[in-house]
Amino acid sequence: MTAPAPKPVEPAIVARDLTRRFGSFTAVDNISFDVGQGEVFGFLGANGAGKTTAMKMLIGLLAPTSGEARVAGLDLKTETEEIRKRIGYMSQRFSLYEDLTVLENIALYGGIYQLSKETITERSSRMLEVLGLEDDLVARLPLGWKQKLAFSVALLHEPAIVFLDEPTGGVDPITRRQFWEMIYAAALRGTTVFVTTHYMDEAEYCDRISIMVDGKIAAMGTPLELKQKWNVPTIDELFVRLARPA
Amino acid sequence: MERADNRRALRPTRETGMISTLGAFMTKEIRHILRDRQTLVVLLMMPLVQVVLFGYALRSDVRDVRLAIVDPSPDYATLALRDRFTAGRRFKIVAIEPSMERVEPLFRRGAADLAVELDPDFAPHLESGEPAKVLVVVDASDPNTGATMQAYARAVIDLYEADLEANGKQPVRIIPAVRMRFNPTLESVNLFVPGLIALVLTLVSALMTAISLSREKERGTLEILLVSPLRPWQIIVGKVLPYLGLAFANVLTALLAASLIFHVPLRGSVTLLLAESILYSMVSLAIGVLVASLTDSQRVAMLVALLATMLPSTLLSGMIFPLASMPKLLQVLSNIVPAKWFIVIARGIMLKGVGLEHLWLETLVLFGMLLLLMTLAVRSFKPRVA
Repeated sequence: MTAPAPKPVEPAIVARDLTRRFGSFTAVDNISFDVGQGEVFGFLGANGAGKTTAMKMLIGLLAPTSGEARVAGLDLKTETEEIRKRIGYMSQRFSLYEDLTVLENIALYGGIYQLSKETITERSSRMLEVLGLEDDLVARLPLGWKQKLAFSVALLHEPAIVFLDEPTGGVDPITRRQFWEMIYAAALRGTTVFVTTHYMDEAEYCDRISIMVDGKIAAMGTPLELKQKWNVPTIDELFVRLARPA
Repeated sequence: MERADNRRALRPTRETGMISTLGAFMTKEIRHILRDRQTLVVLLMMPLVQVVLFGYALRSDVRDVRLAIVDPSPDYATLALRDRFTAGRRFKIVAIEPSMERVEPLFRRGAADLAVELDPDFAPHLESGEPAKVLVVVDASDPNTGATMQAYARAVIDLYEADLEANGKQPVRIIPAVRMRFNPTLESVNLFVPGLIALVLTLVSALMTAISLSREKERGTLEILLVSPLRPWQIIVGKVLPYLGLAFANVLTALLAASLIFHVPLRGSVTLLLAESILYSMVSLAIGVLVASLTDSQRVAMLVALLATMLPSTLLSGMIFPLASMPKLLQVLSNIVPAKWFIVIARGIMLKGVGLEHLWLETLVLFGMLLLLMTLAVRSFKPRVA
């Protein structure tokens, strides 16, 4: 038995010179980066640095002004429809339907992503079990549970990449911790995680991070590399130094 | 290898896939509607309440007109004419006075709506073939009612005149022949019901879709849907179809209420009327979608939808105020109001009993509007990110 020659693994995300302008304002300025498969990639930046804009281009909500990108091995411009099936997205705002129950929300997204009835039933009961939830109106869940549920729903169709836009905003530290455990679990199953945050302690949990300042990537690497290179004790300190140049 | 499998698993057959996706989305939409009980009850009751309210309150036909007769010299002819006025149930004689001055205070007090002053030489003039004069004085503080009352009085006098002539002796005079066709009893509720259907459909279709779609926008759920494999047209269709069902139920309620309570006739084809109602609903739904795509919050969407649909639909459609009595500019403007065309259609089917052979132009106009609005709605419904 001859093993097939190992194919070079294509990165989950390849961005090349991505740029987005709004009128004369350049929100994202020529950024390039790769995110490996199964990596937890932290996308850091102050408010208004352009991280949400960059993410919206990668998930097809916003057309790049110039530059190109491949997401899940597919071209962002020409294969958008295929990309949509292979990514999951959780936005800054809580975006499940509060007037529907947990199971009804799951059924909706299961249907949208064309999962079979059996798959939906199976995954939703597993999801309730893992989260320790009863089926109830989403409106009645505490915020922390809602966030964890939203994350699980974003993973329902087992996407190759999941994009999380400040997923832990307004959540208590314990839930934040549990949330990151869920992120790790997803990464272990092979899902690439692209997460924006401005909690710098969370940055330390990522495999690699990039720090955006004024639409450009000011630093990129593993947290350890970056701290050594800039000779700072924490990412927080590095962030402050980059965001506010002396 | 694994990826290829994965790709196949994600793509069942294209058609079943699209239907299940749309089905899931519509199921969710129906759940939203059913779960919001209060709104649902209001929406379902609205046609009933509106028909009853408009039917009783907003009628322009006038009953129990309080009539003062000024008859300086009563004779057989004036008595006959007075009898004519009391014969129907329209007029109630509140005073019979010898001179107009005595009636004046009644008008001021609001105790009389109408006065009819008869020539002192009424019978002799009639005999000799000279014009017998009748003065009709109307309280026109409400001009519409005033005009209606005056028309009623004229009708009574004309009839009397016509009867005299039929008896032979009179020289032929010019008799204004006013015939109230299609609505011989001048039942204004008959005229309102088609307009009401338009109003209810506009409200449910345009307003509710605008609110429900802009809610998704405001809450951020639309963004998630746009990142998913759902296509914009699927979102629109999934949003719109459940409301179309609701609108259909509303048309049935309005028609039932109108025929059971007010005996409004439905002389033409029910099927055609329902089909035209669906067409009109779709036009309104398209307006709702368009409004939601162009606005950023529920509140603004609601206000714009109200202003853009309800006002023109009530004021510029001919529903309440006849278009013919409006300035030319408004008459021209009324052509872009979908309700105007629908009301012509609905009145045609219900009151005149005509079919498509007479209403094809109006139907075509609505189709054209639908096509244009749908195109605009889908176009403007692109992911817009602030």
